[in-house]
Amino acid sequence: MTLVPDTPSRLIVIHPLIVRITHWINAVAVFCMLFSGWAIYNASPFFPFEFPKWATLGGWLGGALAWHFAAMWLFALNGLAYTLYGLFARHFSRTFFPVSPAAVWRDARAALRLRLAHRLGQYNAVQRLAYVVAFLLGILLLASGLALWKPVQFQSLAGLFGGYEWARRVHFIAMSGLVGFILLHLALVLIVPSTLVAMITGRARVTTAETRP
Amino acid sequence: MTRDPETAARLKALRRDIEPDLVKLERRTLLRSGLSLGALTLLSGCDLSTGSNGNVADRVLWAMSKFNDRVQGWLFDPNTLAPTYPASMIDTPFRFNAFYPPDNIPDVEGADWKLDVSGLVADKAPWTLAKLRTLPQESQITRHICIEGWSQIGQWSGVPLKTFLERIGADLTAKYVGFKCADRYYGSLDMPSALHPQTILALDFAGKELAPEYGYPLRVRVPTKLGFKSPKYIASVFVTNDYPGGYWEDQGYNWFSGI
Repeated sequence: MTLVPDTPSRLIVIHPLIVRITHWINAVAVFCMLFSGWAIYNASPFFPFEFPKWATLGGWLGGALAWHFAAMWLFALNGLAYTLYGLFARHFSRTFFPVSPAAVWRDARAALRLRLAHRLGQYNAVQRLAYVVAFLLGILLLASGLALWKPVQFQSLAGLFGGYEWARRVHFIAMSGLVGFILLHLALVLIVPSTLVAMITGRARVTTAETRP
Repeated sequence: MTRDPETAARLKALRRDIEPDLVKLERRTLLRSGLSLGALTLLSGCDLSTGSNGNVADRVLWAMSKFNDRVQGWLFDPNTLAPTYPASMIDTPFRFNAFYPPDNIPDVEGADWKLDVSGLVADKAPWTLAKLRTLPQESQITRHICIEGWSQIGQWSGVPLKTFLERIGADLTAKYVGFKCADRYYGSLDMPSALHPQTILALDFAGKELAPEYGYPLRVRVPTKLGFKSPKYIASVFVTNDYPGGYWEDQGYNWFSGI
């Protein structure tokens, strides 16, 4: 027996191929950076805690640094490809903008009262803001990371963060922000699992009503 | 040489101060065989020292580390100086750091000590401390950045390595300058970094002759590289075109490790 949907619907591409490829490469790169970065932090923690050993990558400091300095290329180059696509194919302007404080406020309140409809392929203002912030955190991680990697060769960049020691803290705080985003991101995927399928196949079934502007 | 009571007492206090760090150091060594997210054999990256003989992950990480050596050599600007700081910013006490506890600090008798010179150099005569003191000296207050992440500002002075290499008639077109130390440590620098104006053979720390814990009688100080690239207790210097590696590099730390 075939189930026929009540309302007419069709499959549309909501995530272009380039977005899907860069998304999954980024996912791998970010997890390598996170888990190796935690191991590096553990070698000389500046807060009164350490990350549990099971959540670290690399085995020892040398291994963790090797992972971090290998995966950074994947993170940076993949991020560059995504950014160029986002700018030149107008992916950013179509998907994440406009995003106004008033719209974020409106959608945040609606979401908290569980009255915000979820539409695959179309982001509400809160989601837009979250993705823009995650993107900016990625830039901040890259810049503070470069300052930590080369505090002498890139000393003016390190100076922007207040020097080497402050750059370490900025890098850590930006990482914490990104972890917050990832947790939220994964929680929403658990709540609406079809988003996971859409990020793999790129396609989502939408009712004809929803595709109307 | 038996240490004078004052030095002995200071080293004993040092041992007490860094006890927690030592525990951590032991733990760090343990980590190498320990469980982690990467404990899946394929993802270990634990045994980088096997280099190109390791498993797929090890081989990829090793290749990336070699690639990063080349990128860093290219990013290194011989005219870019490490930032310097006012004397008021010097950190005291300065950390003792080695792959062993302070009890094992090599006890070098300065009067008998000689710096051996070998490899691609014209004059292989050994150097005494007194003779090194006759060369032009350079002083710097710079930030020492450890591969573990922490950093401290200190003051070092001594002979610019470039001056020394010129004096011994070293082949300055050779690839590497290597060091062997009294504590079995060893290391090497790329020639451009060895010739950098702030790279020195340090005789003094904080305005005084190097204390035992800071590398007496002679250490390298390279403010454009991570701390482990600045060996202490230097016993010999050599110039070569054959990659000499280093104590930590041979276990998987990135060789160039420029900052």
